[in-house]
Amino acid sequence: MNPAGLPEQVKRAWAIAKKDIRLYYAKNSVLIFGILMPFFLFLAFFAGSSQLPLTFLLPGLVGVTLLFTATALSPAIYAWEGRHGTLERLVSCPITIEAMVFGDMIASILFGIGITLITVFIALALGLPLLHGIIMIVSILLAACCFSAIGMLLAVPPTSEPSTPMTLSLLIKFPLIFISGIFVPLDQLPSWGLVLSACSPLTYFTDLVRYSFTGEHFFPVLADILILAVITLVFTAGTMYLHKRTMPKRM
Amino acid sequence: MNAIEAHHLRKSFGPVTAVSDVSITVREGEIFGFLGPNGAGKTTTTRMLNGVIPPDGGTALILGHDIRSEPVLAKQGFGVVPEISNAYTDLTAWQNLMLMGELYGLDRGKAAQHSSDLLATLGLLERKDQKVQAYSKGMKQRLILAMALLHEPALLFLDEPTSGLDVQSTHMILSLLRDLNQQGTTIFLTTHNMEEANQLCHRVGIIRAGKIVATDAPEKLKTAIEKVHTIEVSFDRDVSGDDLAALIGVTSAERTGDKWQLTTPDKDATIRALVTFTQQRGTAIVTLNTLAPTLDEAFLRLTQGDMS
Repeated sequence: MNPAGLPEQVKRAWAIAKKDIRLYYAKNSVLIFGILMPFFLFLAFFAGSSQLPLTFLLPGLVGVTLLFTATALSPAIYAWEGRHGTLERLVSCPITIEAMVFGDMIASILFGIGITLITVFIALALGLPLLHGIIMIVSILLAACCFSAIGMLLAVPPTSEPSTPMTLSLLIKFPLIFISGIFVPLDQLPSWGLVLSACSPLTYFTDLVRYSFTGEHFFPVLADILILAVITLVFTAGTMYLHKRTMPKRM
Repeated sequence: MNAIEAHHLRKSFGPVTAVSDVSITVREGEIFGFLGPNGAGKTTTTRMLNGVIPPDGGTALILGHDIRSEPVLAKQGFGVVPEISNAYTDLTAWQNLMLMGELYGLDRGKAAQHSSDLLATLGLLERKDQKVQAYSKGMKQRLILAMALLHEPALLFLDEPTSGLDVQSTHMILSLLRDLNQQGTTIFLTTHNMEEANQLCHRVGIIRAGKIVATDAPEKLKTAIEKVHTIEVSFDRDVSGDDLAALIGVTSAERTGDKWQLTTPDKDATIRALVTFTQQRGTAIVTLNTLAPTLDEAFLRLTQGDMS
């Protein structure tokens, strides 16, 4: 066994993920920021915009759910752990910072996928057909990785106050929702809005979900997937690099 | 191979220099005590050796691995017991141990067996499925020790392991440390407790204002700070003070009750002379003590100026 080798570090990352699942999935703030908030946000918009059809709104619900759930956990983990001294224990264990971050991402990804699948089933129950199941699975997997990496990026500034990264995450998530074709179709956005929307990974995910349910899409499907994959890789590498730099400041 | 080889470690936090130049060598199999007043740099040094914070300068080889360039390999070989328990309080003791087992790459069967053995040794087996938040301070500290020992480390770092604990927990931990050391585990013990250091440690290092001011065996350290030693001796019959003062190496002889206190720069020569003296006079030594300064005194002397 080479403790520093990739297979062993992946196993240890899984140990971190299991720990996160046990400790943080049932935390009040995770449930509020991850499930209740997007649900009521969507409900409010759904009630107030009767002119948009369900075939448009439900893919948006899937998008909002994944964004909120996959970023509900990750921003606050290090703040919680730093406050209780457990972060120092993890850092003194034979696991790299990259593997720790990866483990936390896995927990966020699984949380995001689990809750998002419920919304997919709700959409199916409400009569939407699943035309492209593989694309749906691939896009949920990719976007869950991407959003959890965004969540970990929000956790980069060292703090022991969990509400700080949670608040910061809301400041990022709400604007993303309004520029990503969730509530307003992309073809109705002004050109500057479209430029903004192209910067949001949620745009590509929602476009893919809409394609999976209805066959309609704004960007080419392959472009959606590739852009989402590239953003995921860049954000994942970036968050690992930045956490490695800032971790000593948390001690 | 030395268990720890640190050379010229430095660490500053903004304008404050916490550690300015620390070099430590800890041999395999020894118990090394790391002593120093509050704020002297003990914790910062230990955290640098543990790989928790990076040094600004200097090098540290832990079990032959550079803590900066090979942190995983170095950390795989040691366990850490911090002063304040940092187990996950929302997990049970068993879950905490299983997590440690996975983080150190132990297979589940081996981790479970070791965990059971350690919990039994430390008197926690019956409460293994209870959340740690319900544990007393002593129980938490024993659990932390079990977590640090699960992977059978060759080197164990302990920071004030018995601070604030009841007598039972203290005795249990110290006894376990002795047993571990006899089985070959190297121990790096940071402590304020001079008696603990005196009883446990083969060598101690004393840090003051971020620099090591002395490293030696406790007894040598105690005697090294005194140029003149005191020997307390009593005989089975009266002897003359003048005769005692005339012995080789003795600079003065003072009577205190039924004993004599002899001062000498050379303990060994004076004791030999005392034995010859009693043989020649047909008297016997009833008691003989060398009154070395305590480790507390040595510590205070070496860290003088920082204790205010």
